[in-house]
Amino acid sequence: MISQLVILWTDGLVFLLLLVVILFGIYASRKAHLRGPWRQVARSRVGMGTLVVLSFYLVVALLDSFHYHPILDKAGQEEGATATQSVEVISLFDGLVEGLRERQEKTYSAPLATRLYAKENIELPDGRVVRDFPRLAYGGAHLADPETEWLPDILKLSAVGIIKGLVVSLAVANLLIILLAMRSRRSFGAQGRAVLRGATEIPWKVAFLTLAFMLVLVFWSAELAAKYHLLGTDKVGEDVYYQALKSIRTGLLIGTLTTLVMLPAAILLGIMAGYFRGWVDDVIQYSYTTLNSIPGVLLIAAAILMLQIYMSNHEFDSLVERADLRLLILVIILGVTSWTGLCRLLRGETLKLREMDYVQAATAFGVSNLKIITRHILPNVLHIVLIAVILDFSGLVLAEAVLSYVNIGVDPTMNSWGNMINSARLEMAREPIVWWSLAAAMIFMFSLVLAANLFSDVVRDAFDPRLRGSR
Amino acid sequence: MTAYILRRIIYAMPILLGVNILTFVLFFVVNSPDDMARMNLGMKRVTPAAVENWKHERGYDLPLLFNESATGTGRITETIFFQKSLKLFRFDFGSSDSGRDIGYDISQRMWPSLAIAVPVLLVGLLLNITFALLIAFFRATYIDFWGVVLCVILMSISGLFYIIGGQYLVSKLLHLVPISGYDTGLGSVKFLILPVIIGVIGGIGAGTRWYRTLFLEEINKDYVRTARAKGLSETVVLFRHVLKNAMIPILTGVVVVLPLLFMGSLITESFFGIPGLGSYTIDAINSQDFAIVRSMVFLGSVLYILGLLLTDISYTLVDPRVRLS
Amino acid sequence: MNDTLLQVKGLKTWLGEGENPVRAVDGVDFEIRRGETFALLGESGCGKSMTALSLMRLLPPSGRIIRGEAFLGETSLFDLAERDMRRERGGRMGMIFQEPMTSLNAVRTIADQIGESVRLHDPENRSDIRSRVIELLKAVGIPDPVRRLDEYPHQLSGGMKQRVMIAMALAGRPELLIADEPTTALDVTIQAQVLALLKDLQHQTGMAVLLITHDLGVVSNVADRVAVMYAGQLIEQATTERFISSPAHPYSQKLFQSLPNSGKRGGRLAVIKGSVPKLTQDFTQCRFVDRCDQSMDICSRSEPVWREHGAGGGVRCHLEDYPGIRIDQPARPDSSETEATRALEEPLIETRDLKIHFPIHKGVFKRVVGHVKAVDGVDISIAPGRTLALVGESGCGKTTVGKGILQLVHPTGGTVKFDGEELSRLKGSALRQLRSQMQIIFQDPVASMNPRMLVGDIIAEGMQAQRIGGTAAGRRGRVLELLAHVGLPADAADLYPNEFSGGQRQRICIARALAVEPRFIVCDEPTSALDVSVQAQILNLLMDLQQEHGISYLFITHNISVVSYLAHEVAVMYLGRIVERGTVEEVLGSPAHPYTQALLSAVPVIDGDSEHEVIRLEGDMPSPANPPTGCHFHPRCPQAFDECRKAYPDSAGLSDTRKVSCFNYRS
Repeated sequence: MISQLVILWTDGLVFLLLLVVILFGIYASRKAHLRGPWRQVARSRVGMGTLVVLSFYLVVALLDSFHYHPILDKAGQEEGATATQSVEVISLFDGLVEGLRERQEKTYSAPLATRLYAKENIELPDGRVVRDFPRLAYGGAHLADPETEWLPDILKLSAVGIIKGLVVSLAVANLLIILLAMRSRRSFGAQGRAVLRGATEIPWKVAFLTLAFMLVLVFWSAELAAKYHLLGTDKVGEDVYYQALKSIRTGLLIGTLTTLVMLPAAILLGIMAGYFRGWVDDVIQYSYTTLNSIPGVLLIAAAILMLQIYMSNHEFDSLVERADLRLLILVIILGVTSWTGLCRLLRGETLKLREMDYVQAATAFGVSNLKIITRHILPNVLHIVLIAVILDFSGLVLAEAVLSYVNIGVDPTMNSWGNMINSARLEMAREPIVWWSLAAAMIFMFSLVLAANLFSDVVRDAFDPRLRGSR
Repeated sequence: MTAYILRRIIYAMPILLGVNILTFVLFFVVNSPDDMARMNLGMKRVTPAAVENWKHERGYDLPLLFNESATGTGRITETIFFQKSLKLFRFDFGSSDSGRDIGYDISQRMWPSLAIAVPVLLVGLLLNITFALLIAFFRATYIDFWGVVLCVILMSISGLFYIIGGQYLVSKLLHLVPISGYDTGLGSVKFLILPVIIGVIGGIGAGTRWYRTLFLEEINKDYVRTARAKGLSETVVLFRHVLKNAMIPILTGVVVVLPLLFMGSLITESFFGIPGLGSYTIDAINSQDFAIVRSMVFLGSVLYILGLLLTDISYTLVDPRVRLS
Repeated sequence: MNDTLLQVKGLKTWLGEGENPVRAVDGVDFEIRRGETFALLGESGCGKSMTALSLMRLLPPSGRIIRGEAFLGETSLFDLAERDMRRERGGRMGMIFQEPMTSLNAVRTIADQIGESVRLHDPENRSDIRSRVIELLKAVGIPDPVRRLDEYPHQLSGGMKQRVMIAMALAGRPELLIADEPTTALDVTIQAQVLALLKDLQHQTGMAVLLITHDLGVVSNVADRVAVMYAGQLIEQATTERFISSPAHPYSQKLFQSLPNSGKRGGRLAVIKGSVPKLTQDFTQCRFVDRCDQSMDICSRSEPVWREHGAGGGVRCHLEDYPGIRIDQPARPDSSETEATRALEEPLIETRDLKIHFPIHKGVFKRVVGHVKAVDGVDISIAPGRTLALVGESGCGKTTVGKGILQLVHPTGGTVKFDGEELSRLKGSALRQLRSQMQIIFQDPVASMNPRMLVGDIIAEGMQAQRIGGTAAGRRGRVLELLAHVGLPADAADLYPNEFSGGQRQRICIARALAVEPRFIVCDEPTSALDVSVQAQILNLLMDLQQEHGISYLFITHNISVVSYLAHEVAVMYLGRIVERGTVEEVLGSPAHPYTQALLSAVPVIDGDSEHEVIRLEGDMPSPANPPTGCHFHPRCPQAFDECRKAYPDSAGLSDTRKVSCFNYRS
């Protein structure tokens, strides 16, 4: 299937970020002072476990960042030679889970339900009209008699999913153990036993267990989601599981792109202020104090309000592009409000570093300012940047939810945990309560943020020797 | 001291002016008042007359920076920049786009905001310090380890969940307090108690963990070893030496946010229907009332700068090494 | 043996968990008698502080006592419950630490911190703590104690803080005072004050002192008996006289030989090769064998045992069993003066009235309200191939002079001429070109190398910046050459600085400076962060380089014995000005200025018996932001008279090479 790739603004930034991370990885692997702490992260059980969880989120977000116009098959056949492309923009991830995206119900339905959540007038074949919960169009539609077949079917599907997950994880684990055995020149059995005993330098056992857990979860949910709405449907009948998965990209993008956007300014200005001092310092300090003094939420609110005016006066090709622009602006504004902290940190550190003897020695050699900054200052503040970036991530993910709730977050048409919570809270007053949208968003968000928090703790301990002793 | 404070206030002026110019650019230059009017009146089929009328009613029909049609000082004063931005320096907020007096609204709405924010701050501070001290006392034991894990879990939960979960559990299932609303005087207590508890719980994770780090940083210092060498017991060392030193960053960290308590909490107030400045801001954002948002931006900046000033003053009060110069 | 106060038997303290803990203290036995001063001497990392902390049971969280016993009188310290141990700590055993700056609680008053000890350990005075605190402050010689009561530590000078620490320890009327490097962080005149105070207090109270130090001078001045610690063990113990006159262990002998002094001028200092073995291993041989000149077969086969040699002394060395084959100490080099006076030669570096003032900013608008006159009119000149030592206490501005000459700090006034060229007017590339001619070596070898760069790149940095050394390959060759020159292997180029010891790092710094072939090097206390044995290596290297390349040094130091060993001329600095200058023989031989006299007398001399007179200076050096009127030294000067309070004395020439600024001498 040939289709036209669409690179949204944020997609481009994601690829740029990926490139930056890969380049940094290559750079770090050559520098002992960066390699060492990362090795320490890899040796930590918490580090490995959370890394596995985070990589699942990452894969979904990346798949969701390849956008294209899908080909409309039917239209193409009718018109003959050229296949027409839809104006709709979907992602690779959408393509993978097409079923989830397209099987829309009428309105609310509970997780794994076979019937709608609201009573409707149903016209029976004999013409009578009764008021009852109608069957869902897709969820459990394969069951003839949901009342008796439902539970066995669920159990069967679960069992199949779990077994599939276990088989795949075993296969992956064996493959990895073979690779490890080859690298350490041990027999497969010896390597396997070492892993099981937890005697390897990198805690592979924890990594495998986490991986197996995640894989089982993925296969189990895939099995069930194919036939049911695993987490129910929302007001307009969209699958909540699909929404929650789609929100991963939004959350991750806000958490990462914001730092990517603000990093150049923070590093450049922070180091310049600390290194050159004098009026340069005064100007930079003035600008970040001024920016900092505006409460972040209000600055974002003001900017988003202005964006709304701009958007209402301009036309967009598609809803996705419109939402994407808003995401981009949001990321930039969040960047503007959050660069000041890092900038101040770097300024302080540079002030200290420029008085170090080795900087004085470089000056005594007549080394130029630019070289001193790139060779002596920058490498010595890099760990601070890294810690700040990783620490900021979870805060930004949580902030997205709050901002979307206040309607100054991402576009309302975009899938995000904040939007899910926002729409769900209106249903809290319903009797019986519609809880699944909320729960889904909370669980997805919580596991991401928890993993990120634990991971950032490990990274910080590895990179910040000052705190190493206090543990 | 007075001279110092005066100097600091003068020093704050350029920053406030910067804030003012920034908001002016954001609100009036990026988008023209015409755009605002059209947005507010609804996009389709707006007559130019209606736009003019909307602008005139709110004083947005003046030139931005320089009024050629006026005379004398009026050339400067009869402009949007002077009328809408510079007047903020006198705390003259003008009226909102819907015609209400913003200054009056703020003076009415700050009390409910404070009624939540102050108890949350005080109770939270007390609890966080207590927990952090406990964890620090049992450092490098299982209590420390699981305490930190619990903190990380608590801080990984979205604040929205605490509010929604709390409302559901306490108000809807147990019917202990009303879900939302507000009353004056003592009657407000039953409306305030839940938001305060939720505010405290929401901050425990991050707060306790942060204070623990501060305590542990102090515990590794030389003077603590000296104190132990005197034969002081661990509790005395912790309370009389470590706590007193760690209180400096803790207190100054609190002082810097004190003035901002006026601004209230956006989310809590809007969830619980409390008529504070937080919900005021949210309502303004939702109804796209630019005058109010602009006023709140300015007020927020003033309070932030006040916070910085108070922080510097509080340093001189709690840290004998720092003297005002 | 009720004469014995403290008895330590078989103490073993390990640090760190896991498979390879650091055996910081590995079987230490000693006794301290009532009222005596017992010195534990050793270089950094030998386990002497860990021994003290073990006795106090104040080990860091990673440390633990593995084995051993310690009796304070009849009390077995390691068997006490923590609650009872707390009564001993600060009670019968007091302890003072190396860093008085950080060892006091910054946010509590002096009265508070001393009073705490009184309340805890002195029940009789509990009712009137304040007056007892005043009494204690008086006892440690703090002037105007009543005023000091409610002050905070930052309001006191370093020496005063150490006195407060001592007062705190005295509050419990200790029988044993453990002093862990009590004067290392202090200037030499202040050190003299504190050591004298400790001696006085000991006479008054009869307490014993366990003095932990690395300084042979301090040991010879105050200790009754000495134990030398090396790699976690005691290797020698003796009375101070015996130790100084005839050290028994090869390590102790080497320590004395590696000390620089005027007697060793012109010769090389003895060095101890290699470095201290890693303490993570189990030893089956003598710990010193790899570094010992007198090692035999047996030394690498078995660990020597402790041999008593009478009077409580002993040594841990196989040589004790084979007394016949002892190698005599190498003959001292003859100190015949080979240097003619060359000061009249055209100087390479010359400053005239060099002034470096740092403005004090105040208020929001950063108005300049005053100046710290770090350097206030300094004239020095250094001839090619000569060494000028700039001597003074911390804060006198000597480092700033060095940086001002190199234009690392921009001078406020005066001139600096290098080879006849005025430096302070040079800008940009003209100055950059001259930079290869002048280099600097810093005090702290850790801070003076970028930890993120390979050693090879660090050394090549200057060549790169100066565009010398040709291609990358050419520079690489030169780097290896330089490494060999300073005695490091070629593969050092591809390692990071943290893989080297302090002495090795300082050699890398020297190699870096040499890379651009300078004619003049500012040596800013290059050995003060190093142990004595390592210091000798660096001094030897610097002397060799001067002879080979004819480099001139400005040697900034506070260490008089180093000065006497290598300097040709000396300038003594006090509060931003030079008070006396001349050749080494003139200044050190017969100091003229009262400050020089006091400074020299305060330096502890290593010669077992002679009780030399110490001119004790009262008080501390005033702030350079607010120097006293008249002669800067007059408030502390024992010879001051009226005139001194009114005007600053002009410098008077006592000979062709010698100048003094004091009203006692007029031209």
